[in-house]
Amino acid sequence: MTAHALHGDQESTALYDVPGPNALRRHFLYGIVSTVVILGLLAWILYLLFDTHQFTAAKWRPFVYEGIQELLLKGLGNTLRAFVYASVLSMVLGAVLATGRLSAHRPVRWAATLCVEFFRAMPVLVMIFFIFVALKVQPLPALVAGLTLYNGSVLAEVFRTGINSVERGQREAAYALGMRKTQVMTFVLAPQAVRAMLPAIISQLVVALKDTSLGFLITYEEFLHAGKLIASNLDYDLPFIPVVMVISPIYIGMCMLLSWFATWVARRERRSPKTKAVEVAPAEPGTVLPGR
Amino acid sequence: MHVLTDNFELYVQGFLGTVQLTVYASLLALVLGFLMASFRVAPVGSFRVFGTVWVNVLRNTPLTLLFFAVLLGLPRFGVVLPFQLFAVLTLGCYTSAFICEALRSGINTVPKGQGEAARSLGMTFGQTLGTVVLPQAFRSVIPPIGSTLIALAKNSAIAGAFSVTELLGTYKPLNEMGYNIIWTFVWIAVGYLIITLSISALFNVLEKRYGVAR
Repeated sequence: MTAHALHGDQESTALYDVPGPNALRRHFLYGIVSTVVILGLLAWILYLLFDTHQFTAAKWRPFVYEGIQELLLKGLGNTLRAFVYASVLSMVLGAVLATGRLSAHRPVRWAATLCVEFFRAMPVLVMIFFIFVALKVQPLPALVAGLTLYNGSVLAEVFRTGINSVERGQREAAYALGMRKTQVMTFVLAPQAVRAMLPAIISQLVVALKDTSLGFLITYEEFLHAGKLIASNLDYDLPFIPVVMVISPIYIGMCMLLSWFATWVARRERRSPKTKAVEVAPAEPGTVLPGR
Repeated sequence: MHVLTDNFELYVQGFLGTVQLTVYASLLALVLGFLMASFRVAPVGSFRVFGTVWVNVLRNTPLTLLFFAVLLGLPRFGVVLPFQLFAVLTLGCYTSAFICEALRSGINTVPKGQGEAARSLGMTFGQTLGTVVLPQAFRSVIPPIGSTLIALAKNSAIAGAFSVTELLGTYKPLNEMGYNIIWTFVWIAVGYLIITLSISALFNVLEKRYGVAR
């Protein structure tokens, strides 16, 4: 107890003991050396960037033009549009498939299981290419349909896990009160399951947001596509690295924001009295092995 | 059916390309993921920061953007490697972030009393790690690592779109040769199903043999 009080946040873990004075000195030394190495690495990358003339005015000039800014914004808008469509539709599909998997009728259950297992085992890009190339659909619907099929199947599993993780007493109590099957599901199980699974659902939406960039590969005019247009422009001296340096922080920032939101929701739901009868999932996308 | 029999060689080539990409990238991801996980649980602050930044940035990067940046960007610095190698590097680094998180949460499931008991028996750090902590962590990381590697196999399709020899890429020549495009995709789908379901089966066996009884 006193050791904890003395060292504040220092606690032993399964791997390390609470460091004594010698260990602390050694860790301090390691810390300095590794910081120097990491900073050196960063400096070397920066040097390489300067050395290959990535910071010349010619390469950065396009970003002050209004037309280019509009192009980028339009790309970003298209990315977000595909994301919104795909996330709404995949939640609907997920709900439908989860209902199917939890159905009391065996043929419905089998059909839903087959559907979920197939689309989860298939790369999302294969579906997008199939819809785009073989069915000759426009890029946006093809992208949204592919993302919906994949994320909908994963979300179906998330919903199902959520429903099954609600304490058995809740279901039994609801039946004992004379509620019907559908009433038990909609008034008792589903609300608690959604609360518990909200972090996992949002994390799956991060996956959907990341995967909208696959639209680039089927010539959907999204954010990356706009970047590619600028990067391959000879007038601006092929500003490829500057484009990556502008685009990636925006992309990564959007995804990080959504990830942090999922973590925040998870922390909030865990404290909420409304999730007493169910365990709140951690903020990570579903990781159930297929075929289970 | 004759799409497959006529072009069996092309399909096999693509299939093997995907398997190769998956295996090499998995090895890289496991090694890098282990390294990053050890950084993230290290007692030295700067290691922890480095590991955390690595994981958080890579986990939130769209893989297409990463491929775009690596395959088209690194040659600007004079780093010219075969596309296959670039693809392995990209997939490996990307997946290492997920492996790292799986390993870290596995290590965190080991109660700290286990480590304290091992140390009070006089075990060295290596012994504690190798005979007490890692074997217990290993039991709980099998399913998450399995699903991460399945995701890796599926993600390798993106490499195909960046002209690396790979299963999805086979649709292009077949389409140009005028074969039925629907059947072309059916056989591609079958190829991917074989790969993902066999990884899944492998990890289910591992889980049954070594997993924690829950």
